[in-house]
Amino acid sequence: MRILLIGNPNVGKSVIFSRLTGVRVIASNYPGTTVSYTRGYMKLGEDRVEVIDVPGTYTLEPTCEAEEVALRMLDSGDVVVNVVNATNLERNLYLTLQLLERNVPVIVALNMWDDTRHQGINIDLDRLRDILGVPVIPTVATTGEGIKELVENLPKAVSPGTPVHSRDERWAAVGSIIEQVQRVAHRHHTWLERLADASVHPFSGGIIALTVLAGGFLVVRFIGEGLIGYVFDPLFTNLWTPVLTRLSELMGSSGFFHDILIGKLIAGEVDFVQSFGLLSSGLYVPFAMVLPYIISFYLILGLLEDTGYLPRLAVLMDTIMHRVGLHGYAIIPTLLGFGCNVPAVLATRILESRRERFIAATLISIAIPCAALQAMIFGLVGERGWEYVAIVYGTLFAVWIILGVILRQAVRGFIPELLIEIPPYRLPPWRAGLQKLWMRTYGFLVEAVPLILGAILAINVLYFLGIFEAIADFTAPVVTGLLGLPKEAVTALVIGFLRKDVAVGMLAPLALTAGQLAVGSVVLAMFFPCIATFVVLFRELGVVNMLKSAGIMIAAALIVGGLLNLVL
Amino acid sequence: MQIKTLRDLKSGEGGRIARIDGGHGMVSRLAALGIRPGRRITKLSFGFMRGPVTIEVDRTQVAIGFGMAKRIVVEVQDTAQ
Repeated sequence: MRILLIGNPNVGKSVIFSRLTGVRVIASNYPGTTVSYTRGYMKLGEDRVEVIDVPGTYTLEPTCEAEEVALRMLDSGDVVVNVVNATNLERNLYLTLQLLERNVPVIVALNMWDDTRHQGINIDLDRLRDILGVPVIPTVATTGEGIKELVENLPKAVSPGTPVHSRDERWAAVGSIIEQVQRVAHRHHTWLERLADASVHPFSGGIIALTVLAGGFLVVRFIGEGLIGYVFDPLFTNLWTPVLTRLSELMGSSGFFHDILIGKLIAGEVDFVQSFGLLSSGLYVPFAMVLPYIISFYLILGLLEDTGYLPRLAVLMDTIMHRVGLHGYAIIPTLLGFGCNVPAVLATRILESRRERFIAATLISIAIPCAALQAMIFGLVGERGWEYVAIVYGTLFAVWIILGVILRQAVRGFIPELLIEIPPYRLPPWRAGLQKLWMRTYGFLVEAVPLILGAILAINVLYFLGIFEAIADFTAPVVTGLLGLPKEAVTALVIGFLRKDVAVGMLAPLALTAGQLAVGSVVLAMFFPCIATFVVLFRELGVVNMLKSAGIMIAAALIVGGLLNLVL
Repeated sequence: MQIKTLRDLKSGEGGRIARIDGGHGMVSRLAALGIRPGRRITKLSFGFMRGPVTIEVDRTQVAIGFGMAKRIVVEVQDTAQ
């Protein structure tokens, strides 16, 4: 048996899904968090049944890729749990009526039930059950209230056989149901609502946005640097260095296996950044350079997601985003890209047209550095002076704007208008927030760390076989002539395909000037997506558009790298 | 009684949607969010530099792109009445 969770965007389907199955999924306070389906299992009596968390949709007439996923899933379900936002019954019931017209058993979960009390909304549950002809269970997914009743009533889900209506008839029916079951008392605005009004106002909203983004950036750096300086780096230097030094001596301080495991000694000592062995840089880069920033970035991103600020940012950014051929909602995938480009490209599914998805995905993969890459830029370029970090970011931002303006003209089609629901502000649920942070950190550990180790192994083997030297000689005209980097820097570009953090690390032993390091970082950020992003671009855009996108990246990286080399 | 587009409404001003001058796609996207003829809406904030207009409908806030806001026609009760 297969149970589908279907409902409007941002009504709490993912939270109910986690409650039912124990499977943790990313939940946030903005419409469109879930863009593909997630599968989980729960016990129902003696049976083990499949539960699917479906992307939110307002109607069964899809307007974007995420909604199409929802519609395709519907035909495969045996029972539909229609998750409804109780504070917004009227709009949610339209989808409910559409579901009741299908030949599938439905049960309604009236979620956010606690909010109806705060908002002075009174819903006559018995009456609603009678009219709809299906079980209606009030729930508060975030606290777990009503979930047990929902499970107990699952077998009572029925298909009432409502005749098929036209759109106008359905809206009329919704109106009449609301008349009969809902009473709303007048009440005053809360402080959260006043803040909500201020944050979409062009002037106060602009100030709030600048404060939030600048503050977020500073806090990410503060926490990231703090974790490195006080926790991770001391752990490595005090505990791990003695072990490696001893091991290095035992292995005779050089040789093929020594270099693979411990790396080359720098001035007779193990150097976590420059040695490039599996046990030195292979562990130091992911754990002491990147992980601290993964934690700090996703902590702040999670807060922004859970409060409900992101859709407001989308409203404010709409005018700017139109300049680059997108509308305001594209800011959400873009922000996710600062963590990792893979979920960012997936999140472009919330955009309406293929054209927008192509532009958004291309801009993200070229100009938005992921957290791992940024951590290495902070660590290596920041050491030479923060003005060079500013040059890297400034260049990438300029590329984002200029390339966006070009793509807007070059890719035919019109920009769809922004149309989004703005959820109320909520205080972030700290437990769920920490769980989400853990999921993302864990994701980094299991997906990125093996790749980082693999990349370092590959580097050592390629060096040993002399392949890198051959490539370096072959590409020297471009790398040295155009970009002004030593010819060995091409190895970083090659490894950038596996992991960009390791690639930036490879620039460290080359004794570059600060300017060269900035050029190298920019080119690495833009040049080519890492393999994980490459795969997701291929899946989401199709082979032709992915190749176009990759072509744009290579061309743009060489042009911008060349120009930057002339300036610096 | 005045007829205005949503774009021309002042912040804080409300009215009843008279009609939506758009194609089928636009009408159904708006309807899905509860924005359809006959509904009462209140404008919350204006679109600066052709930015989106924010409205409240059924206690929900919705942001509507400038181009769409021009095509939503609203009946406003005269304040003099």
